[in-house]
Amino acid sequence: MFNRDRWKEILEVLTSNWFRTLLTAFGVFWGILILIILLAAGKGLENGIKADFGDIATNTMFIWTRRTTKAYEGLPKDRDFSFKIEDRALLENNFPELRFISPRNQLGGFRGGSNVIRGIKTGAYNIYGDYPEIINQDPMQITSGRFINHNDIQDKRKIAIIGEGVVSDLYDAGEEVVGTYIKISGVNFLVVGTYKKRNNDGDGEEGQKQIFVPFTAFSQAFNRADNVGWMAITAKDGTSITSLKESIVGALKEKHKVHPEDQRAIGYFDLYEQYNRVESLFGAMRFIAYFVGVLVLLSGIIGVSNIMLIVVKERTKEIGIRRALGEKPWSIRLQILMESIFLTLISGMCGISFGALFIYGVNALLDANGPVDMFLNPSVSMGVVVGSLTILVVSGLLAGFIPAQSAIKVRPIDALRTE
Amino acid sequence: MIEIKDLHKSYKMGSNSLHVLKGINFTAEEGELVAIMGSSGSGKSTLLNILGMLDEADSGEYNLDGVPIKNLSETKAAKYRNKFLGFVFQSFNLINYKSAMENVALPLYYQKVGRKEREEKAIKYLEQVGLKEWAHHLPNELSGGQKQRVAIARAMAAEPKVLLADEPTGALDSKTSYEVMDLIQNINDQGNTILVVTHEEDIAHMCKRIIHLRDGVIVEDKKIKQVRASSYVQ
Repeated sequence: MFNRDRWKEILEVLTSNWFRTLLTAFGVFWGILILIILLAAGKGLENGIKADFGDIATNTMFIWTRRTTKAYEGLPKDRDFSFKIEDRALLENNFPELRFISPRNQLGGFRGGSNVIRGIKTGAYNIYGDYPEIINQDPMQITSGRFINHNDIQDKRKIAIIGEGVVSDLYDAGEEVVGTYIKISGVNFLVVGTYKKRNNDGDGEEGQKQIFVPFTAFSQAFNRADNVGWMAITAKDGTSITSLKESIVGALKEKHKVHPEDQRAIGYFDLYEQYNRVESLFGAMRFIAYFVGVLVLLSGIIGVSNIMLIVVKERTKEIGIRRALGEKPWSIRLQILMESIFLTLISGMCGISFGALFIYGVNALLDANGPVDMFLNPSVSMGVVVGSLTILVVSGLLAGFIPAQSAIKVRPIDALRTE
Repeated sequence: MIEIKDLHKSYKMGSNSLHVLKGINFTAEEGELVAIMGSSGSGKSTLLNILGMLDEADSGEYNLDGVPIKNLSETKAAKYRNKFLGFVFQSFNLINYKSAMENVALPLYYQKVGRKEREEKAIKYLEQVGLKEWAHHLPNELSGGQKQRVAIARAMAAEPKVLLADEPTGALDSKTSYEVMDLIQNINDQGNTILVVTHEEDIAHMCKRIIHLRDGVIVEDKKIKQVRASSYVQ
């Protein structure tokens, strides 16, 4: 099959009419190029959007309390209530599928006044009371010192981990940060660490201007008793938080004597569902890219098939001679198929290479001109390349099949008669 | 060597069918040089095509070297053609993008003979037809007579049992015709069985036996005294 004579012949046939071969090859080249570029563009958009999620654990929901809207068990409606610190244990015991449960409290926030003082400098920051687990749900990189640990929670230590943005506001350049004190709403906290967050979207700067203190110290210092502002709950891998959220909300309603049908009393945001929605959007986009790309490729393939038919027609007499000399039909079929696959594969590989070059150029341009919103690192995986090559071989086979059949259908006597 | 009994063949032309061969009986021994003559439409080419397994008879028997030729699959037919038969056509039918040597080597390629041996044999046969120096030329660089000699070399390369020539001199002038016939006679002298279809009397008389076909039947079958073509060739 792979002997020299056969290859020599394939090359002889394909090079006998360069212009025609090139035109035919261009159809396949164009098809695969479009497929690759579409897939890469889709991937770029996907990367861009996913970067907006940052490092946040996506299998997470946030849950908070609001006012009740229904009277229940002798309690009136329009009642304010709050999650309690013991709710954490309740969820832990009832839902073994949960990985992290982080009760949180917050001070300051949007348009809050200055609440942090160091020496003569002041600033307005979000102050969070947190458990150590939060670093797994809202990941940050500790750039110096350490994060909150369980002893801090236990001993209600007044310590703080501050963002790089806070450091640049309150400290002089090069100043030692860890070991200094800052005054948060009139209470002194010892800075034990600094962090940096990786986040690509607009509030990246705000992400660096936060202060984390132990939950227990926060409650004590700012008079929150055992109240919890909201909770970030992450499920274990393999269980989606979406499937758990109904029963989590149900359990909390029961605990806090909220009417089971009160839809307003407990609010939540399901990050996983949002993420999945985006995921399925990209699934649809990939499908469209393949659909359009394969269709364009198909017209190229039909071109190849067409040309192979013409080649067979032109060589009818030659095929007749060969058969008179004793060439077997399968050998003729193989010849036509190999010519078709060879042409498809070569032009397809040119298309893939050119597409890769194009993507490389776009990436270089993106790198040079800074990040573009919602578009990051367009690329195609090795899997896509292998997939495209498979598509090419299969389509080469398909393109050659009909011409090959027509080549062996001609009886040698008829082929020889054509003058 | 060749044995046919009561061979019939008809072609369908639309609604009516054309009975071309109406019961042909004929035997050819090994080493014979037979001319098949007849006017156009007499069925001589059809007969040759059937003998060459390019076409199949409707009824009748055909034995080639003791092997019955009947209901062959295309693959089997290709194998038998390669093994038993060599073809020489009026229009030479060389493959025009292959050199003379490659053309001659083609039947050997289908026999899966190795490249080197193939080329050696091709050169040997080209030498026999006096075209060794032209081995690497393409057919369109050769004259008509040279092309036909390459075609004969190609037909001989597979060492077939029977050589079938369909109007081998039809496209040549008389001088080259005689040269080609001289070559055919020489090959016959070496003991090869050859069938020549022709409508030229002088060519037919260079064979050893003439069969006349008319309207699908053999009207005359006679042994003749061979005229040596070499007497015309200087």
